[in-house]
Amino acid sequence: MGLRVENLRVYYRTLRGYVRALEGVTFSVADGEIMGLAGESGCGKTTLGHSLIYLKPPMNYIEGQVFLDGQEVPIWDMKRMNEFRFRRISVIPQYAMNALNPTRKIGQLIADLLAAHGVDFKEILPELKRRLDLVQLSHEVLNMYPIELSGGMRQRAVMVISTLLNPSLLIADEITSALDVSTQKAVCEMIVEFRNRGFVRSTIFITHDISILYQIADTIAVMYAGQMAEKAPTEAILRSPRHPYTRMLIASLPQVGVRYREERLRGIPGAPPRLLDPPPGCRFQGRCPVAFERCVETPPFVEVEPGHFVACWREI
Amino acid sequence: MLALESVSKIYRVGVLGLGKLTAVSEVSFEIGEKEIVALIGESGSGKSTIGKMILRLIPPTSGTIRFEGKDIFSLKGKAVKEYYRKVQGVFQDPFASYNPIFKADRIFTMIREEFFPEISRPQWERKLEEALRAVGLNPPDVLGKYPHQLSGGQLQRFLIARALLLDIRLLVADEIISMLDASTRVDVLNLLAELRDRGLSILFITHDLSLGHYISDRSVVLYKGRIVEMGSTERIYSRPLHPYTEMLMASVPRIDQKWTHGEIRVERNAVGPSLGCVYYGRCPIAQEICARRVPPLIEVESGHQVACHMRT
Repeated sequence: MGLRVENLRVYYRTLRGYVRALEGVTFSVADGEIMGLAGESGCGKTTLGHSLIYLKPPMNYIEGQVFLDGQEVPIWDMKRMNEFRFRRISVIPQYAMNALNPTRKIGQLIADLLAAHGVDFKEILPELKRRLDLVQLSHEVLNMYPIELSGGMRQRAVMVISTLLNPSLLIADEITSALDVSTQKAVCEMIVEFRNRGFVRSTIFITHDISILYQIADTIAVMYAGQMAEKAPTEAILRSPRHPYTRMLIASLPQVGVRYREERLRGIPGAPPRLLDPPPGCRFQGRCPVAFERCVETPPFVEVEPGHFVACWREI
Repeated sequence: MLALESVSKIYRVGVLGLGKLTAVSEVSFEIGEKEIVALIGESGSGKSTIGKMILRLIPPTSGTIRFEGKDIFSLKGKAVKEYYRKVQGVFQDPFASYNPIFKADRIFTMIREEFFPEISRPQWERKLEEALRAVGLNPPDVLGKYPHQLSGGQLQRFLIARALLLDIRLLVADEIISMLDASTRVDVLNLLAELRDRGLSILFITHDLSLGHYISDRSVVLYKGRIVEMGSTERIYSRPLHPYTEMLMASVPRIDQKWTHGEIRVERNAVGPSLGCVYYGRCPIAQEICARRVPPLIEVESGHQVACHMRT
């Protein structure tokens, strides 16, 4: 059944008015799908991830619905969300390495967390140990303080903890950005392995790095200034993108193999609009080389090919 | 133009500074005229420490750094200022380089007061405008603004323009791309390459191999403070010899090729921290000698040097 998000609108309340961080976001993630969520800083990808699990002020829920395995998720209700958090929707935060309480040993910390959700630590211990083996952490870490682990080890520990109760949805928020390339690869492969073994069903993998998504994601969703620009299977996004923003973004990526002397890459001129008072219609129109009159209306996010959604008047 | 000769840096760490941490160990390389040298390494490889030593921000524990033949740490008084006229740095976080309560263009005023007190105002303004245009900015759009009103890319260009106001010969660019968004980072990269073509030398410090490959002429690969491989960028990327460089090349995510699924390697303990090859703990082809002796950098072909017992 997976996850389905319909017309989600989340704004940040500021002294100068609402910052329209998510404006009518609609998409779904199937069972077993790893969906990569890409976009530049400030496009709303982290806001989207957070609003699915912990929608706290100054975030303001405006409208929209979220369904997980056919059941509505009350993301606007802090209290009722408690039964979803960790058990059914879990997150690996952006700074996972600093997410562990420094005064508790890893084992105690896990026991506390499980107790808060009414699960017996002893019962789950064998499974916990199996999973530590899987990510190549020794069982010793349960008796260690976070400071005794290296960054990569802490990251792996958090991954095991976050997925311990086999959540239906895992949100991984920029979990590879602070890691070295070799560790990065290991962490990404573990995310795939967790999915393959059924520890998690659907995964939303948030990152600004599209080349990582090409390695592990089944589908990629590209956001721009609070709106979904395009979502499609990974190969389609990279080889035949339809939205002008996706096309320009992919063309601007430096690759091993591309050299300045041989091939000049181009960036995207201009900057994203301010989300305090964005222009009406498509938010990319100001930087878009193919914009026309129609773009002052908001383009719908429509399926142009099976599984390939795009929000652009030129493609409809 | 700039030469590092067996430069080492040992930091004192821990309580009372009793512990020792070797950040950089016997590093020697040169940067020539009109050349971009990429200094590649993961976190803790000592790449930023090298950049800071070249900028005279920290002294090396041993070894010498020469700029145009002179030891930069022997410079005194006026000569120091002359050095900074020619060598400047730009760092990773553009937002941290500005004081948020002053307008961003204050950095230019400070350059004028410090280095060009004799220049007349209209002359200065022309010079400033030239420098801003050289980095692809439109002066009326960006002058007179506060740092928060400018984007990361614009602030980073400001800092490059600031360096260009001087008679700069060498720019130390320490991870200046990493904080920028994909759509603007390539413009800053192109800017560096254009500056090189106009006569500037650049030390491009990065952990991102694809960025290094895109613009650099030569690459120096560091691991735990030591050079493991260096040579022309083309050679190193097409035919890496050191197992560490090989591993890096295989791990870098690409959009034209998927990862081959290798075993995730667990660290092996080296005999002692100063004994043997720095990569011994993770090396797949290590032999017994690698734990005992530090491999020297050996030239395997013209301009391509590798420090590996097994591959030389």
